[in-house]
Amino acid sequence: MTVRRVMGTETEYGVLAPSLPSANATVLSSQIINAYAATLRTGAGNLSGTRWDYTDEAPLNDARGFAVPRAAADPTQLTDEPPVLDAEQIAMEGSGPAALYGEQTQDNPVLMNMVLGNGARLYVDHAHPEYSSPEVTRPRDAVLWDKAGDAVVLAAMRHITRMPGFAPVNLYKNNTDNKGVSYGSHENYLVPRSVPFGALVSGLVPFFVSRQVIAGSGRVGIGTNNQRQGFQLSQRADFFETEVGLETTIRRPIINTRDEPHAVAEKYRRLHVIIGDANLSEVSALLKIGTTSLVLSMIEAGTAPAVELRDPVGALQAISHDPSLEQLVELTDGRMVTGLDLQEIYFEAAAAHSRAGGGTDADTEDILARWSALLGTLKRDPLEAAASVDWVAKLKLLQAYRERDGLAWSDARLHLVDLQYSDMRPEKGLYYRLAARGQMERVLTDEEIVRAVSSPPDDTRAYFRGNCLKRFPKEVIGASWDSIIFELPSRRRLQRIPTREPLRGTRALTEELFNASADAEDFVTRLLTGSDAAVAP
Amino acid sequence: MATQDRKTTGTHPVEEEETEAVTPPAAETEASAETEGVDDLLDEIDGVLESNAEEFVRGFIQKGGQ
Repeated sequence: MTVRRVMGTETEYGVLAPSLPSANATVLSSQIINAYAATLRTGAGNLSGTRWDYTDEAPLNDARGFAVPRAAADPTQLTDEPPVLDAEQIAMEGSGPAALYGEQTQDNPVLMNMVLGNGARLYVDHAHPEYSSPEVTRPRDAVLWDKAGDAVVLAAMRHITRMPGFAPVNLYKNNTDNKGVSYGSHENYLVPRSVPFGALVSGLVPFFVSRQVIAGSGRVGIGTNNQRQGFQLSQRADFFETEVGLETTIRRPIINTRDEPHAVAEKYRRLHVIIGDANLSEVSALLKIGTTSLVLSMIEAGTAPAVELRDPVGALQAISHDPSLEQLVELTDGRMVTGLDLQEIYFEAAAAHSRAGGGTDADTEDILARWSALLGTLKRDPLEAAASVDWVAKLKLLQAYRERDGLAWSDARLHLVDLQYSDMRPEKGLYYRLAARGQMERVLTDEEIVRAVSSPPDDTRAYFRGNCLKRFPKEVIGASWDSIIFELPSRRRLQRIPTREPLRGTRALTEELFNASADAEDFVTRLLTGSDAAVAP
Repeated sequence: MATQDRKTTGTHPVEEEETEAVTPPAAETEASAETEGVDDLLDEIDGVLESNAEEFVRGFIQKGGQ
């Protein structure tokens, strides 16, 4: 059993231009993409892979074995259609986003999408800038390339601030505006197609309902519209309405059934997890991903604990609403358990499974040890976990304000602390202020994060994608998770290289090919014919 | 854990024994150091928070996402 598997994260950032209260969110989001392009242009001279290849996208395929007709879908579900900004929307905000890196012309349109040299995707998703990390295989790498995304958007924010004629744009790594709206922080895990979807549902629901105890980001306010005062563990819990479903923007389900593997569909399923909070704490993020991967391993092996909640959505919200962690929820066998109890049940099963398998790798040992230690700390006194868990760090800070200034939970300053905890600017973001004081436990170093901004992971197809973009910026004109599109002068047609096996295209397989190729023509020729075809992704 | 980190920095281990004799019992020192740390932290954050909390929070309106 191992925590290692192909996985990745997606972050939709909250976006705000404080000096332009009525600014169009899609335009502000596109400014982030265009500003980041500008920071790359300074050195690179050419932008590559800005077009997203939608060929293999299928957001309406349901894992339960059917597809929703397009006409019946909510417009926000059609994520396989590129967004467009019309001239009117752009004109409303003064200088158009493309002006961030030069004149806006037909050859230089507003960018809504970029594929980055680290293998990630940066794009406008509805009304938010989104960073989707490259595929990794280790939980620690998932956190690393997720944090690289925060560095990417920070570079974009800084660029906008330096540009005359542009209002500063702030980004927040949170999940709600506290006025009825939520936006996601998703995780993706590759699982074998042979695992029945029903087993994923029954094995994951009690785990996801309780996972907020170790990885919630904390929220001031109860109810989707902040109807009641108070503090809760999770940003997202109040926005979930059902147990299983295809939607991600409406009637949100604990288990999302979108069946869009971005890989060989006969072999793999991509579990698209929409229930998590965006984490600032590296430990919270590491455990969120590591424990989920472990639970998936148990489900695959048939050793997941047999627990079933009587009312999963009710339990999710009840657990979130009680920071003392004493709230009891009912299982179908009549037992009453806390969120911590559920986490312990899963931890015990994972530890037993790992012992039975005769030991595991270092990554798995690390996750098991951290998980066990954190559950112990939370059981003793939740506030002792402030250095490693976002919701606890936030609560401790809020409590300090409440004690010093006698503030009620409805006070705007407490809501501001909640919001500003997730501000992406290190000088303004309260997570970053706590971390700078040594009050947040780190998993990564800043140097690693800087490297991950421009370098892809070695051990997945992201290595191939990132290096194609870096090596052949003129010839790569489009990309997606499972393809790279070359435009070569010698070929009349575009050359689409499929990359449908996430564990091919690695450094081990393709580094020599990259080194040996004189140029893009040579590279593609070697890949399609010659002896190097054996390493083709 | 963070509190411990902060206390160990700057306190040379060799000095520990001599200082212990003149300082109040450990629990009290810990409590007052903790309070001091919290005051200092809140002072820093006061200076970082956006100036008009009410208006700023009200203005943070997002469009729907996934």
